[in-house]
Formats: sequence, C-alpha cells, structure tokens
Amino acid sequence: MRKLVRKLLGLSIPLLSGLCAISVVLIVLIVMGEVILGGWSTLSWEFLSTGPKEGMTEGGIYPAIIGTFLLVVMMSIAGVPIGTITAIYLSEYASQKSILARMIRFAVNTLAGVPAIVFGLFGLGFFVQFVGTGMDKMLSGGTDLKWGQPNILWASLTMALLTLPVVIVSVEEAIKAVPRELREASLALGATKWETIRKVVLPNSITGILTGGILAVSRGAGEVAPILFTGAAYFLPHLPKALSDQFMELGYHIYIMSTQSPDVEATRGIQYATTLVLLLLTFTLNFSAIFLRYKIRTRKAR
Amino acid sequence: MQDLKTPKETETLLHPITITSESITTREKRGNNNGRVTTLWWKKRFRLGEFLIEKSITAISFLSFAFIALIFVFVFRESLPIFSSSVVKKPVETKQVQQETYGDDTPTAELQQQVDERKKSVENLEEGGATAANLASKTWQPVSSKPKYGMLPLVVGSLKVTTVAVLFSAPVAILAALFTAAFAPKWAKELLKPSIEILAGIPSVVIGFFALIAMATFLQNTFGFQYRLNAFVGGIALSLAVIPIIYTITEDSLSRVPKVMTEASLALGASKWQTALFVVLPAATPGIFAGILLGIGRAFGETMIVLMATGNASMFSGDLFEPVRTMSATIGAEMGEVVFGDTHYTVLFFIGAVLFLFTFTLNAIAEVFIRQRLTKRFEGQ
Repeated sequence: MRKLVRKLLGLSIPLLSGLCAISVVLIVLIVMGEVILGGWSTLSWEFLSTGPKEGMTEGGIYPAIIGTFLLVVMMSIAGVPIGTITAIYLSEYASQKSILARMIRFAVNTLAGVPAIVFGLFGLGFFVQFVGTGMDKMLSGGTDLKWGQPNILWASLTMALLTLPVVIVSVEEAIKAVPRELREASLALGATKWETIRKVVLPNSITGILTGGILAVSRGAGEVAPILFTGAAYFLPHLPKALSDQFMELGYHIYIMSTQSPDVEATRGIQYATTLVLLLLTFTLNFSAIFLRYKIRTRKAR
Repeated sequence: MQDLKTPKETETLLHPITITSESITTREKRGNNNGRVTTLWWKKRFRLGEFLIEKSITAISFLSFAFIALIFVFVFRESLPIFSSSVVKKPVETKQVQQETYGDDTPTAELQQQVDERKKSVENLEEGGATAANLASKTWQPVSSKPKYGMLPLVVGSLKVTTVAVLFSAPVAILAALFTAAFAPKWAKELLKPSIEILAGIPSVVIGFFALIAMATFLQNTFGFQYRLNAFVGGIALSLAVIPIIYTITEDSLSRVPKVMTEASLALGASKWQTALFVVLPAATPGIFAGILLGIGRAFGETMIVLMATGNASMFSGDLFEPVRTMSATIGAEMGEVVFGDTHYTVLFFIGAVLFLFTFTLNAIAEVFIRQRLTKRFEGQ
C-alpha cells in the first residue's frame, strides 16, 4: 500500500508541476495569440498615422501614440537622472550600514511596492492640487486655472516616481558589475573619487543605465492607473502643445474604448489593434532590455 | 573571480602607510566599512569640488525617501477631513435640501412637524456625511442626494477577487517553480523563464482587455454563470499578473537552497521527487510565503484589471459569481468625476490610504521573511 502511494506521488508530482509549467507557457501564448489575431487585420500604416474619426468609431490612434511617446520621454528626463544618481550613491558613496543609505534603500523598496493607483492619488493630491494650484497662485494670483489641473507634466512626473525603483535597481546592478580593479587603477593613478566615477564607472555601466531607462519606459507605457486622473484625456482634437495640455495615451485609450465608449462592439477592431500596438511596444522594449542585461551579465562573469 | 579579493587585502594595498601609523581604534573603524575604498577624513586632502559633488549626490538620493514621505503625508492629508471637518461642513447643504422637499409634500407644516423634520435632517446628515457609521454601512452609493459611503462592499469585493487570484495563481506558480528547480530539463527551463518574463511584461491594461473581451465569455460558456463579468473572472485575470511575482520569488528561494541539502538527501537514497517535496520545498518555505504575500499585495492594489473585468457593481454578498467592485477600482472609476475637497473625494483618498497601508505592511512582512528567515536558514548554519 505504501509502495503504491509512493509510486503514485512519484509519478504525479513531476507530472503536476510540469503541467503547471506548461499552463504558464500556454497562458502567455493564448493572450498573445488572441491579441495578435484580433488586431492584425485592423493594423495598418493609416491606423498608426491618423487620429480618431466619426466620434471615435473609426480612424487611427496617432494622437495616442504621440501622447505615450511624450509621456515616456518626459518621464525619462525626470526619472533616469535621479535614479542613476541614487544608484551611484547607494553603490559608491554610502556604506551599507549608514542610516541614510538604509533609509534610501527602504524607500526604494517601498516605492516599488506601492500600488499604481496610489501613485495616481499622490499625483492628484501633490502635483495637481498642491504644486499646480500653488503655481497658479504665484503666477496669476489664482485667477486663471492653468497648472492646477491634470496635464502631461504632472502625469509624467507621477510616472517618473513610479518607475524610479526600476531605474535604480538596474543601474545599481550595472555599477556593481564594473570590476573593482578598474576603480583601483583609476584611484591609484591619482584620480579623485568623483573623477573615477565619472570617467571609469559610469562609462562602463552605460548599458545598465540604458537598460534601466528602457525598462522604465516599458513600465511607464503600460501603466494606466497613475494617469487616470493626472492628465490622460478621452479625446483631444489636437496634439499636446504645452506642458499644461492634456494628452491621449495608448493604455488609457484601450481602457476607454473597451469600457466607456458608446458602441463597444463597433470599435472592437480598433481596441484589438490598439492593444496589439501597446503589446508590441512593450515587448520590443523588454526584449532589448533583456538583451542588454544579458550582455552585462556575461561581461561580469568574464 | 579575480575581483573577489578580501577587504583587508585591498586596504593594505591602498594605504600601506596610513595603517601602520594609526592606532587600533581607527583600524577597527575601517574594518566596519566593508572593505570600501575610503580614506580617513583627516588624511584626505580637502577638495571643495569633491565635497560638493558628494553632498549633492547624497541630497538627490534622499529624494526617494522624501517622496515616500510625501506620498504618505499627502494621501493621508487628503483623507484626513473624514475624521474631523466633513461632518461639520456637510450639514448646511443637506439640511436645506431636505427641508425643501419635505416642505413641498406638506405645505401646512406645523411646529411639531418642523421639529420632526429637523430631527430627520439630522439623521440624513449622518447618512450623508462620512461618519463612522456611514463608512461601515453596507451600501456604496456616493452619487445621490443621500450619499452612502459604506466601504464594506468594496472591502469584501477586494477580498473576494484577491482570494480567487491567489488561490489560483499560488499553486500554479509554486509548482511551476518547483518544476524549474527540480525536474525540468534545460530546454524546458529556457522556455519557461522567458515566458514568465513576457507574462510579467504584459501591461495590466492588456490583461484587463483580454479578460474583458475573450476570457469572460469563455469562462461564462464553460461554467455557465449568470453575469459575464464577476469576481471569479476578475480573480482569474488578476492571477495572470500575480503568477510572475510568486513564481520569481519562489524560484529564487528554491534555487538558493544549499546544494549540500539536496545532495545529502539524494545520497541517503531519496528519489528526485522525494528530495524536491520533502527537502527543497520545506527549506524554501519562508521565501514561498514571502512570494505569496507579495502576490496578495499586488492583487489587492491592482487597478486596471479589476476595473475592466469584475463588472464594477458594488454588491455586498459572498457569492463569487456576482459582479464586484474593489477598493482600487472604485478609486480609478470615480476619482475622475469628483469635486476636489468634497466628502466623496476625501473618502476615495481614505480608501487609497488603506490600500497603501495594507500593501506597505505586506511588503514589510515579506521582506522580513526573505531577508531574515531565509538568509538565516541558508547562511547562518
């Protein structure tokens, strides 16, 4: 009897775990297949290069693509330098036991765990309400509402905060992969610490900074919750021209078109194609990041 | 492997003179510094540029901490009026509205009736404001003449969806991780790991869309439940986002189990699956537990998937196959149309604060499990 149980377990455990592994792969294939099959027929150059028409039931997603592009560019401009500098501090300057370094590490871990929607709330409460309204009061005495409302600047800053941990972690990994001998050689030649960092450590970890930026962009392009009420717009006839304009965004467009649009069935093709564009965008970004990281790791092993 | 010099070696290399000329106490200080390339401050020539750069780098790094503090302060600050001013502010409007409607019904109102009326309006005011009783009630109806901010259906909704998501994703993810760690041939590993990375990279709005369009219909046809979008569908959709988290952390802690343990088990005659089930898996429990906790946190805070796939009706029931509205989805759906500083706005921020605290606590506990228990178990012996 015990032998039988043992035999059954011995068969079933590898089998069961294998099945689970297969199902994970299958899930990925199904999600991708569904989106690709559904969106392929609608996807065309025209779809990518024109704006929505006929009350958003026809036309393309050009403004959403541009909006997403502007969002991630502004987000990177704000987030990548701060993330890189923090990574430099954590790996080069701070000693592991100092209270400040611990506080910063704790903060980075916490930032990575905060739900995206809470970032949205923070963006609304801090950037829009506090900073924006404050700026309005300073600039115009509070008469006209320019900054105290959702716009692309506040959305990008909120997103930069969300993606900060991503940048920090991958830059730190790259900096740690720079061989110690390089630093020592530089210091031995009489270079100061900062000169060593600027001329030896940073050039050698540039791929890591790039990886961090790419991963952050991929994450930022995919998150919708933080921009729901910090700047994304349902439909805009024109592209954002100033920092205080609202913008259209791919992920938000998918959400809006599939849940809030008056005729959901009629725009199914557009929804699928938009999803396909977003998926392709994030995949391209992720794969290039994985490739770069692979390059860093192989160098480390050498 | 060449760069793995011991700290002491490098130090003597770099400062041969300083060490000999210094007392033992300063030496101990250096020893505490983990072998970092540092010079003692009184030996170092003071350079203004270096000093300023170091200070500004420190200051900029401190920004992340400052932002966490700001998030804490602002999310809580905006939800603060719940506890104080809203009850005082709200009455004026509610009272007037109530009096008018009441007056229309009975034009010849007498004094006694007026007193009744006032009593009633006081009751209404209690229902309309964000009092503790209102927040704990069973109806979430923020947009009406008598707004009801009962958070119970939202909390229950979040719990239902999270439970489904974790019950579904945890076994799948843990078993898949066990497969990679113990049984998988190399080619299977190389197929599985990228798949997980891809799954983790799929934006949540895409998962939400997939669940809304394709999965909900498929599940309804298979199980035949009444509502197409419900807690069950939302939970399954969420598990797609949770699986990568639990898998990654479980796989990580399984692979950290010291080889000595598995080899000892195999040497004693245990088979591969016995080693996997009775040695590797139990050894990695703190890590697995941490993974599940992080998965719960993710599921609880995730917004877009539940916003799209759960039907978004705030019902107070235990039925898994009814539409639900979760806490995060409520914020996402309603914050856009709310008046700033309004009670509704405040209550939504309060929900956000609860979400923040909850995930924060879960992450902290998970961190303890990984950092202390797991590391102690594997490296402390």
